[in-house]
Amino acid sequence: MRNVKKTQEKNTAAENFRIIRRILHYLRRYIFFMIAAFVFAGISSVLALYLPVFTGDAVDLIVTKGRVDFGGLKFILMEIAVIIVICAISQWITNACNNHVAYSTVRDIRNDSIKKINSLSIAYHDAHRTGETVNRVISDADQFSDGLLLGFTQFFTGLITIIGTLVMMLAIDLRITILVVVMTPLSILVASFIASSSFRFFKEQSEKRGEQTSIITEMIEQEKLMIAFSAENYAGADFEANNEELAKSSLKATFVSSLTNPSTRFINNMIYACVAIFGALLVVSGELSVGALTAFLGYANQYTKPFNEISGVVTELQNALACAGRLFELIDEKIAGDSGELLTELSAKGEVELKDVSFSYDKNKKLLQSVNIHVRPGERYAIVGPTGCGKTTLINLLMRFYDVDSGKIMVDGTDIMEMEKKAVRENYGMVLQDTWLKPGTIRENIIMGKPEASDEEMIMACKNSHAHSFIKQLEHGYDTVIGEDGGALSQGQKQLICISRVMLTLPPMLILDEATSSIDTRTELKIQDAFAEMMKGRTSFIVAHRLSTIKNADCILVMKDGNIIEQGKHEALLSAGGFYQTLYKSQFEH
Amino acid sequence: MKYLLKYLKSYKLECVLGPLFKLLEASFELFIPLLVRRIIDAGIADRDTDYIIKNGALMVALGLIGLVCSLAAQYFSAKAAVFASAAIKRDVFRNIMSLSYSEIDNIGTSTMITRMTGDINTLQNGINMSLRLLLRSPFVVFGAVIMSFFIDLKAAGIFVLTVFLLAVVVYGVMFITSPMHKSVQEKLDNVTLSLRSSLNGVRVIRAFGLEKSMQKEFTDANGDLVHLQLRTGKISALLNPVTFVLINAATIWLLWSGAVSVDAGTLTQGSVVALINYMSQILVELIKLANMIVLLTRSFACADRIAALLNTKSSMKEGTLDKEWSGKACRVDFMNCGVRYGKSNEKALEGITFSVMPGETVGVIGGTGSGKTTLINLIPRLYDVCDGSIKVDGMDVKEYRYSALRKRIAVVPQKSVLISGNIRKNMLLGSEEISDEEIYAALKTAEAYEIVKGKEGALDYVVSHDGTDFSGGQRQRLCIARALLKKPGILILDDSTSALDYATDAALRKNLKAMKSSPTVFIVSQRTASIMYADKIIVLDEGRIAGMGMHEELMESCPVYREIYESQNYSG
Repeated sequence: MRNVKKTQEKNTAAENFRIIRRILHYLRRYIFFMIAAFVFAGISSVLALYLPVFTGDAVDLIVTKGRVDFGGLKFILMEIAVIIVICAISQWITNACNNHVAYSTVRDIRNDSIKKINSLSIAYHDAHRTGETVNRVISDADQFSDGLLLGFTQFFTGLITIIGTLVMMLAIDLRITILVVVMTPLSILVASFIASSSFRFFKEQSEKRGEQTSIITEMIEQEKLMIAFSAENYAGADFEANNEELAKSSLKATFVSSLTNPSTRFINNMIYACVAIFGALLVVSGELSVGALTAFLGYANQYTKPFNEISGVVTELQNALACAGRLFELIDEKIAGDSGELLTELSAKGEVELKDVSFSYDKNKKLLQSVNIHVRPGERYAIVGPTGCGKTTLINLLMRFYDVDSGKIMVDGTDIMEMEKKAVRENYGMVLQDTWLKPGTIRENIIMGKPEASDEEMIMACKNSHAHSFIKQLEHGYDTVIGEDGGALSQGQKQLICISRVMLTLPPMLILDEATSSIDTRTELKIQDAFAEMMKGRTSFIVAHRLSTIKNADCILVMKDGNIIEQGKHEALLSAGGFYQTLYKSQFEH
Repeated sequence: MKYLLKYLKSYKLECVLGPLFKLLEASFELFIPLLVRRIIDAGIADRDTDYIIKNGALMVALGLIGLVCSLAAQYFSAKAAVFASAAIKRDVFRNIMSLSYSEIDNIGTSTMITRMTGDINTLQNGINMSLRLLLRSPFVVFGAVIMSFFIDLKAAGIFVLTVFLLAVVVYGVMFITSPMHKSVQEKLDNVTLSLRSSLNGVRVIRAFGLEKSMQKEFTDANGDLVHLQLRTGKISALLNPVTFVLINAATIWLLWSGAVSVDAGTLTQGSVVALINYMSQILVELIKLANMIVLLTRSFACADRIAALLNTKSSMKEGTLDKEWSGKACRVDFMNCGVRYGKSNEKALEGITFSVMPGETVGVIGGTGSGKTTLINLIPRLYDVCDGSIKVDGMDVKEYRYSALRKRIAVVPQKSVLISGNIRKNMLLGSEEISDEEIYAALKTAEAYEIVKGKEGALDYVVSHDGTDFSGGQRQRLCIARALLKKPGILILDDSTSALDYATDAALRKNLKAMKSSPTVFIVSQRTASIMYADKIIVLDEGRIAGMGMHEELMESCPVYREIYESQNYSG
């Protein structure tokens, strides 16, 4: 048991070390700024530490009436002035350099992330939710940058301050220094005691808060239902009871954790008082000057502060390290890249052949098994079957979103594994159920596949796709800006834009994957013309769950559990009385 | 912001006591430099060891009293902050629950959830810290200035000038950077948007080979962000060095003018030390204050957002009519109704007029976005019309009290959702005590009896969080049973039989007809098959009625209906 724990600790230590090395790798580009930051931070901390000595010296020159050394004072004050100016400039340079390093590093990491995101396989994207990745690249990176900044500014200067103060105090008087050093752990001890005892209350608070969040989330998400059932008050009692409980445990957690500052401050005050007493006694016995005492009091005040700061920084740094770890996990994700000499371009006629293709996402669950199809240029193939039968998987393989486990897919006689992915995809036009529009103008969305297209070409494409008439009616026409989710456009209109996009590039082969399933049947009938126009003379693959959309296909592939169990024309399949007939009947018999 | 202050009023005592104890603590702290002065001027000068130790002990005692005061302060601040926030949360929640559909649409559920959770937590933290520190820091600063007046008038002048300059610098830097922080946030939003778009469109981007251009878009947005961050950082980074210079310049001045006074015999060495100590106390407090201000601006922003939510009032005014209802089926009349969503120019519905007799079944059909759901949402007054009126049992829906109107109507929404809890809790939603027999009867009518019987504990079966332990069709049937239990005069099925197979759908329709007090039924659907047997079919097209009548009539007279029918019933 113990050994297990030990190895785990070792593992996380090794992991942390690895992450730190990666961070250093990113930092290397800004080595100049880093060095500058360290040097100037050192200068400003040491100088700031020196100030109390000068102040003390100055105080020693102001003894009493008639016993003031103005000449010496003037000199010291000038020295102080110079130190202040240098110190302030160093502080500013340090801050500016730290900012530069932290922000630039995060920028680089983010840029690397997007690069990776754009080259990672579709399999990765299918397995990771958008929110998760966004969270990494945005919030994790932000927290990392905060941690990095804080780490630089506080950890380093804190360390210098502690060491410097110790040295300074030692230089003045050994005995008082020992007094201070001996009493310091007391403050740290108290702080950690409070932290550990408040942990219990924090846990209780976070449990109650979690409960509350789920009540709030459910009630707000289901508010419409509640209103419709005039049950608005139904949830109220639950919420209010929890709200009161949460308040009680919040009070405990907040109060107990807030004891840290006053308690450590009290201990610091005690140290301060002790220094004052012993220092004064030493002055009385002539072993210390009043100025030195003043300086000492100043140090005693400064010395304890960095401890509190550093302990805060450590948690912050741990968090930053965890965030960086998640980011690097993304950046280090392996890409299955193209390898060897590959065909970079192919203008296909549109002949597609699948030879003995097998594939599955999960190696324990068989999906596609020995699929054989031969599609001649210009033919229209439809793929039907129940959910999970492998229809979309077939499309994924054609587009090389995924690669086959065994067998071959050939386009115009060339194995697509011998082509660059880009070269394969260029030959397909794709319309999916999920109508993705990028935030921007309608024009940008249409010409995205052919940025050099002229306005005439674009309008021609839109006319062919029957999209021109509705776009024209929009207030800003093609320059209408659409938001992330397509804004005010209807589902059908969004789909028409996606079709226009493909219309403009007109590749030799087309894929329509459930392209009409989110549109009502009448609208579908209307854009049917657009599809027909698009498919003219092109090899097309149509995946559909509504059988009405595919009746005119040259060949219908009926899939079930990863196999093609029937294929042929609509009438033939229907009269054959097989699985296709059952499917068809379940949709139309009323 | 002001709006939320009234919540603190209920905790007036705590709000006064918290800062008061904090101030007490701070004033004890202000005495420390005076004690040091006494040690130097009297103790050391007179070589009085007892006096030194006595004053040192006094410092410890003051620290102890300070500790007690500050514990009290922490307690009262925490109490005020926690309970005031809880009260705010309670009222915001109540207010949210009083909103109408239009406000819910406008604000959006995710915004409401963030405000109820994250924003209120930040606010609570902000209140707590303000009560603790907001008064303390200025108090120490001004206290130090006042103390300096007691020590030496001339030196006090230096203090006043310094504090004034510091205020100008702190305020100036904040004034310049706060709009910059805002635009940094906007730039970050751009980066997020670009990233989300890359992720959501990954298949299309790959298909068109757009990886490079999407990447450039992101890199540009990212570069913009960092550029602005650096510029803002450079200005913010001025704050500390400038305050440092100001305080230390003041110290130099203090030393010099102090030296002159000491030489003239009007000031002691200990006083000079005390003055310098006060100056460094000001520096410490300023650093605390600067950190506070960051937290405070954030809490202010949160407070504004919460207040905005609290001030959002339902756009509908509840009627007063509490008419008795016999439990019979209701009559519904639409008179030239129009609906507009938000500020949009387009009307979602226009010129809708029809009447439904008690007990009739009405089918509503049309394409996506034709206004079907909008239409049926008007009956329980979930939205208000902008023109015309709707009458239920002869009275305008706006006249009714919400509860009086809605107890007549049961809606089975498009998305069938179950709430957390057991099945019984789900069934009882919004109703008073209902016996298990009645629940089972309703479940039978909704063809859902077998589903519940098949679960362990039957009605006591606890629904999993997302309801995934029921299929779409099962959830729909449970939701229908829930609606039936209300024994409504009007039953609205909003496309809520889409996941049912034909046999269940038919059985359900038969059961509804056979109910003892069969209600007026509205069935919304995209499938002609689900509504073709209705007494009346309303065909909607782009927010207008394109036809109304029985199936056969519409097949003859309404081209839209015919097209829909044909698109679903190929004769090949």
